[in-house]
Amino acid sequence: MTQPSSLAASAPLLSLQEVGKTFTMHLRGGVRLPVVNNVELELHPGECAVLAGPSGIGKSSILRMVYGNYSVDHGRILIRNRENGQLEDIASGDPRTILESRRHTIAYVSQFLRAIPRVSAIEVVAEPLRAAGWERDAARQRAQDLLQRLNLPSALFDLPPATFSGGEKQRVNIARGFATDHPLLLLDEPTASLDAHNREVVVEMIEEKLRCGTAILGIFHDETVRDRVATRTIDVSGFSAREAA
Amino acid sequence: MSRQPILTVGNLEKRYGARIGCTEVSFDLWPGEVLAIVGESGSGKTTLLNCISGRLARSAGSVRYRMRDGVIRELADLGEAELRFLMRTDWGFVHQNPADGLRMRVSAGGNVGERLMAVGERHYGCIRRTASDWLGRVEIAGDRIDDQPIAFSGGMRQRLQIARNLVTRPRLLFMDEPTGGLDVSVQARVLDLLRGLVSDLGLAVVIVTHDLAVARLLSQRLLVMKEGRVVESGLTDRVLDDPHHPYSQLLVASIPEA
Repeated sequence: MTQPSSLAASAPLLSLQEVGKTFTMHLRGGVRLPVVNNVELELHPGECAVLAGPSGIGKSSILRMVYGNYSVDHGRILIRNRENGQLEDIASGDPRTILESRRHTIAYVSQFLRAIPRVSAIEVVAEPLRAAGWERDAARQRAQDLLQRLNLPSALFDLPPATFSGGEKQRVNIARGFATDHPLLLLDEPTASLDAHNREVVVEMIEEKLRCGTAILGIFHDETVRDRVATRTIDVSGFSAREAA
Repeated sequence: MSRQPILTVGNLEKRYGARIGCTEVSFDLWPGEVLAIVGESGSGKTTLLNCISGRLARSAGSVRYRMRDGVIRELADLGEAELRFLMRTDWGFVHQNPADGLRMRVSAGGNVGERLMAVGERHYGCIRRTASDWLGRVEIAGDRIDDQPIAFSGGMRQRLQIARNLVTRPRLLFMDEPTGGLDVSVQARVLDLLRGLVSDLGLAVVIVTHDLAVARLLSQRLLVMKEGRVVESGLTDRVLDDPHHPYSQLLVASIPEA
């Protein structure tokens, strides 16, 4: 079950092989919208690979496929299970495999926070920690530390984020994604609606994650942020299925 | 983590004469997992729920349940008394209309206590203490313990029904549109409560709802039903954000924002 540590260190955490996806819109007469084709990429611990290319080229769709939020039509998305070192295929779409990988392996900061009625900001952030097995108090403490670090006013901690501003919601979302120490972190424009000061905090948090060996796959339209954190850029236009359509 | 499903449904079918209630339904449910069944009225989702929960005789297929002692039993092989005991103790069933799951002329405390007595609790003080503790957990004030649910609001009745079901620490909970008849603000409170209790107690849940927002909030997995058949299934957020079947796409497209 356990691999030799040297092999484990060099083996990729995430590997996309010949990944392709097309949307079929049945309500529009079955029109097919190809998204990406033949996506190939590997991600190793401590790397921050940035997906680049114009809007609509399929960058967010790639992140969503890795998170299991979008299905995959072709190819494989292999993720190394942190418990047993085995590779699991997210592209299979098996709900239990995906849920398990979210609990322990993949964290995701989506572009927009989906607020849940009556659930406070601190609970939103603590939730992935609770799911990973943390005690309630420790999870809440860690959530609070993160929200403080991201300069969210403490008066907001116990309020549901539904009424927060865009920047406040985003910081709650970032805190949620960064709360656990999952080995793989997906970031979809985490700094898009932040001011310069908070953007800097996020950059520092990303750098810390990388030093701890977290592998990051991200989308950053902000060039200064991208230049600071990227260890590698992947041009998604090469995988785009749009021209072929 | 548990390596075995708590409930396994195989090729279940219910026919009303020539008409299909539901057919070819198969799924597994694991402890701690919430499965939502969505679809329009008439899609067969409630028929399916009633067949699985032993309230309606199925026409074909299997429903296997892992008992507390780890033995897996086919429900059709259980005796009437065994099935009734299971329903009163190891399972819960939350009805859309609280009046279907409560005794409206028995006190709130009595409604909760009755399930405890079914598992052999006889000490009045213990029953009352536990009942009062559960009323607190569902946010019903302690001084309402002797009131009859007839005097409660819809939201309170629904919360009482939830307390009545959970007091025996069931392992499997069935819910049929649990927030269906409630105002939106009251709905949010009931949902929030359910969400917390389900995760604290590690319950396995099968919930029927026509409301995709409820499914997204409570469930990890989703079955979409149409005309008695499962047309799509998978991770809840995957089915809602990337629906494949024409009918799932129609459902998702029909709501303002799920």
